[in-house]
Amino acid sequence: MGDLITMDDLTNEEILEVLDNARSLLPVAKGEVYLPLLQGKVLGNLFFENSTRTRMSFETAMKRLGGEVLNLSSIGSSVAKGETLYDTMQMVDGYADIAVIRHPNQGAAQYSADAVEIPILNGGDGAGNHPTQTMLDLFTIREAHGSLEGLNVMMVGDLRYGRTTHSLSHALVRFGAKITLVSPESLRMPDEIVSDLKSHGGDVKETDEMSSSIDSADVIYMTRIQKERFPDEDEYVKVAGVYKLTEDDLSGAKAGMIVMHPLPRVNELHASVDTTKHARYFQQAFNGVPTRMALLCRSLGVEIPKKVNK
Amino acid sequence: MSEMRRVTAICNGTAIDHIPSGHALQVLKMLRLDTGRSNPISMVMNVPSGKMGRKDVLKIEDRELNQEELDRLALIAPKASVAIIRNYHVAEKRNIELGSELINIVRCSFSNCITQNSREPLPHKIKIISADPLVLRCSYCGKNQDIDQIVDFII
Repeated sequence: MGDLITMDDLTNEEILEVLDNARSLLPVAKGEVYLPLLQGKVLGNLFFENSTRTRMSFETAMKRLGGEVLNLSSIGSSVAKGETLYDTMQMVDGYADIAVIRHPNQGAAQYSADAVEIPILNGGDGAGNHPTQTMLDLFTIREAHGSLEGLNVMMVGDLRYGRTTHSLSHALVRFGAKITLVSPESLRMPDEIVSDLKSHGGDVKETDEMSSSIDSADVIYMTRIQKERFPDEDEYVKVAGVYKLTEDDLSGAKAGMIVMHPLPRVNELHASVDTTKHARYFQQAFNGVPTRMALLCRSLGVEIPKKVNK
Repeated sequence: MSEMRRVTAICNGTAIDHIPSGHALQVLKMLRLDTGRSNPISMVMNVPSGKMGRKDVLKIEDRELNQEELDRLALIAPKASVAIIRNYHVAEKRNIELGSELINIVRCSFSNCITQNSREPLPHKIKIISADPLVLRCSYCGKNQDIDQIVDFII
């Protein structure tokens, strides 16, 4: 019922409703107001793979709403002893009211949702999907541009393994975005995703060249080339560092254009961009808190007041 | 009709006609009939067909294929005609229908799919995205399956 595994689990109206709710919850996310909507509820934070922002922002979101958090990491738990995901999830089903799962294997979130009764939120499954990241990305874009309709969005870097771009591009084409996919040939967006985007009427262009699209973009979404996803280090070395966005590249950019990055960054996004009016990535990381608050409430069937007074 | 003279009629069993030319061996593998302990089987391959140009035909003696087996057949020979033979006569014609999802018929071929762990107990599920051309996608990881290799991933 309340599962969020891919962006297909939300209609456009539901996306906008969650984003409206996230905006209402901003004072709670900042800690200015305590609103214990989820008091007595327990979130299972199941991270079978490393995470900084997703794990911490879910934990903050739950705690700011008065809920409790159980953390599981695969190191030192029964997962390291060879327990199946199914068995682990049976246990979580009994301990928590809702769970977020990050797992190195693709499909693990859907598999978990099939295995248990409690709502499951996909916190990233292999190179598959990362819909809660997409929701905070959409929140960031909408706050900057006032709308999600018809934007010009560039996605740059590792589009093959980068699950954030998989989920985000799916969502954006539904709002009529024009998407430019910039990647080296070996890290192109998977064919099934590109064909899905096109079958949804998406205006999608693929290229390996970044600079010519910058001036017409409303959003530049940079991603890290992820060393940990490469089966072979030689292949990683060939493409690492191929894109580097600096302040100088942005001289002809639209005034309202925003630069986003799911973080962590390595070399693809130079620190000189941080002080420009375009930089939005640290704000984006914070936006994980109100957005995930709204998603937790939605999955648990808890209504969010339209206006939260300070 | 020339192909019908190539093999004799069977008394009881199943006749599968209009298999795409060259695919009869795959059909046998898919139906798990490619073993030395299977029923007697007659096979013709690459014979002329008015409908298809060329086709393969299989006759399996003393075995009536069930619906689950027909669902498997749909993956490589969706347009095949299946007749159940009893006492040398066609007793029933069965249609091959591809449903919306294949449960525990094939497994996902993607090396990083959660279902690769053979100890995970939930069923293998493959969604039919399109029947013609055949497009199959793992219901868990979302990866499209290579149709030419599908026979190697039969459960």
